[in-house]
Amino acid sequence: MMPVEHSRAVADLDALRQLIPLLEGCGYQVVGPTVRDGAIVYDTLRKLEELPVGWTDEQEAGRYRLKKRDDNALFGYVVGPQSWKKLLHPPELRLFEVQRDGGNFRVLDNSVPPPRYAFLGVRACEIAAIRVQDRVLIEDRFTDPVYQSRRQGAFVIAVNCTQSAPTCFCVSMQTGPRAYQGFDLALTEVMDKKRHLFVVETGSPAGAELLREMNCREAPPALCREADEAVGRAAVQDRQINTTGIRELLYGHFEHPRWDNVAERCLTCANCTMVCPTCFCTTVEDLSDVTGDHAERWRKWDSCFTQVFSYIHGGSVRTSAKSRYRQWMTHKLASWIDQFGTSGCVGCGRCITWCPVGIDITEEVRAIRESGITEPASVEGDDGNT
Amino acid sequence: METLERILGEHPFFEGLEPEYLKLLVGCASNVRFQAGAYLFREGEEASHFYLIRQGRVAVEIYAPQRPPIVVQTLEGGDILGWSWLIPPYHWRFDARVVEPARAIALDGKCLRSKCEENHDLGYALLKRFAHIVEQRLEATRMQLLDVYATHV
Amino acid sequence: MCPQAHRVEGVSRETQDTFSLTLEPCDGAEQPRFAPGQFSMLYVFGVGELPVSISGDPEQPGRLVYTVRSVGPATHALVSRRPGDSLGVRGPFGTAWPLEAGRGKDLLIVAGGIGLAPLRPAIYHVLRHRDDYVRLIVLYGARSPRDLLYRKELVSWARSPDTQVLTTVDYGGVSWRGRVGVVTTLFRHVRLHPDRTVALICGPEIMMRYVIAELERNRGVCASDIFLSMERNMKCAVGFCGHCQYGPHFICKDGPVFSYHQLRSLLGKHEL
Repeated sequence: MMPVEHSRAVADLDALRQLIPLLEGCGYQVVGPTVRDGAIVYDTLRKLEELPVGWTDEQEAGRYRLKKRDDNALFGYVVGPQSWKKLLHPPELRLFEVQRDGGNFRVLDNSVPPPRYAFLGVRACEIAAIRVQDRVLIEDRFTDPVYQSRRQGAFVIAVNCTQSAPTCFCVSMQTGPRAYQGFDLALTEVMDKKRHLFVVETGSPAGAELLREMNCREAPPALCREADEAVGRAAVQDRQINTTGIRELLYGHFEHPRWDNVAERCLTCANCTMVCPTCFCTTVEDLSDVTGDHAERWRKWDSCFTQVFSYIHGGSVRTSAKSRYRQWMTHKLASWIDQFGTSGCVGCGRCITWCPVGIDITEEVRAIRESGITEPASVEGDDGNT
Repeated sequence: METLERILGEHPFFEGLEPEYLKLLVGCASNVRFQAGAYLFREGEEASHFYLIRQGRVAVEIYAPQRPPIVVQTLEGGDILGWSWLIPPYHWRFDARVVEPARAIALDGKCLRSKCEENHDLGYALLKRFAHIVEQRLEATRMQLLDVYATHV
Repeated sequence: MCPQAHRVEGVSRETQDTFSLTLEPCDGAEQPRFAPGQFSMLYVFGVGELPVSISGDPEQPGRLVYTVRSVGPATHALVSRRPGDSLGVRGPFGTAWPLEAGRGKDLLIVAGGIGLAPLRPAIYHVLRHRDDYVRLIVLYGARSPRDLLYRKELVSWARSPDTQVLTTVDYGGVSWRGRVGVVTTLFRHVRLHPDRTVALICGPEIMMRYVIAELERNRGVCASDIFLSMERNMKCAVGFCGHCQYGPHFICKDGPVFSYHQLRSLLGKHEL
């Protein structure tokens, strides 16, 4: 991807401290990373100091620990167990309230205005994930009004990663580490013993306006180069998925023995779907109160890993762990392409980190690809899916 | 005799059979009629014939104590009934009860078997046709076993 | 996205566990037209929503008819409604039987069990526009004589010109004088012209697979002329909850009606 050359500004800590008050002054609720319960999660921020200053994360398959850094970097870590879908596509949402009226019922009209969020600290892979969910929830046949209203009102401040975790593979998924679009402002942290600065890029008129209020001067080219080099270091990644022909690979190996292999390890705990920034499946629950006169319908996050996800009268279609893992991975990497024109995976690595048994999606793909096993033809391919 | 030959040749089971084989078979054939409720044969009896059904409906059924007989299949005009005449010890495995008055051509099993022993080409032509019928009935029976309309728990 | 209140106008019993509900909108608002093969999400106050195929007359969208088999608590709640009760309706959703594509051809309708319900609107359409089609052939199989749906209508449909209606049951009974045998055994009574046949199939998945095999292998009907209606768990009907996915297809919006050509490599795959 060609780097877009808009002019960049430089902000120091003092300038950056204006960010949250300015955003709040515009009516935004600022949400960003903060430390809680041994992890970096997303929550409301009132002050810059509430960021995980001086913290970093150590991630590997099935492992996540926070560790103190020897500096006071604001963004010296990568992604944690939560993603911005927590705010755009909330885990629990009341869809409507219904009042019984004798033998009749009325749906109550009590919609509330959507929250206006400013997201501070969105990584490139996360921008990619938000765009993937935009495609699913706004740009396909139907539009989810809740997602759309929250999304349209959101102000995005991206942060370009200057380090990657061993579990990151955004480079092979072509989603990072640098953010090129999809943000109002983008920050790259540049620090050493002598200075602590942020190179700021604008990505929209709203971002440019906010930057003007911060009174930053133009960033010298040398500083910009340093910033770019720092981001370049994040691009050195061990893990990768070779996505060439991945659709045919997964469709064409439906009965590959590797699925049995992963099924022996997978607990169907659904962690991967909870932490994945693009997973969007939900279920509905209808509840009524004790009097039976008032009912509500709630929408909640769901996971294809549950036993009842595929239940139709008589039983579930996917009863085995094998079929459920295969469904998730095939959907994420292959079917998603047929459905929405892109991969469903952005290479953030969360599913690898947060799997209790350390199942690694990049390894599973490699194992199938390199096994040399071919399945007898029932050639997937043109199914008339045009 | 001539009419029987024509009737045989027109029955779907013998479609495409060489005319010289039809001539051989006619010698084993006779016209039969059954009233509703009659049994063409019962389980355990000697399978002396097989039937080309021309009209009517016949139920293939099996009797089990303490319950009414279970109809596993119905056959009608264009179908053939019975292949136990082909396989030793040549006994019927089920009952055949007439549901709607039936007309059929009965083909004598012993007569057919001796002609097939003399003329293996005739035997092969018949066996091919029977194999096809047996395969169809087996597949249908398997699907019946699946009880596809029931709600399974 | 919210259910529209409808009043239950009538409940009629079709079989021991299957009932037909007729609904009319509560506020007298004009109803969107539906196409044969589409479904609605029916909401029982405080209990939940279920996808149910519309089984009524597409030329009478103001009277929505649903044929429901009681197989669990949710369907039981639906069939227990009494005239005057309310139900919520969302929809219509989904793809429809290709009745336009079938014009000038023989329409072969193969139904198993409750599968006749989503096909009935197609039959109504064909009978109302009889001259647009050549032959109408309806092959219908059910578990037992007591499970046959719409018995009176089956008889009257058979009286239409150029129309063949054949029924069979898996398990006969002492007094049953009709056919016994799985629905594929009806094919031996039907002559098909493969290049001018459009087949619409609905029933248990296994039954549909066997019927398709008969049509494609033995009768030479083209995969793109064979259509079936699929079913999976559904929560939202608008492609967001993810439950109804079948391979890359969302049954709620890419289906429930598919051509066999679209599903050839998926049908029969274990636990898909």
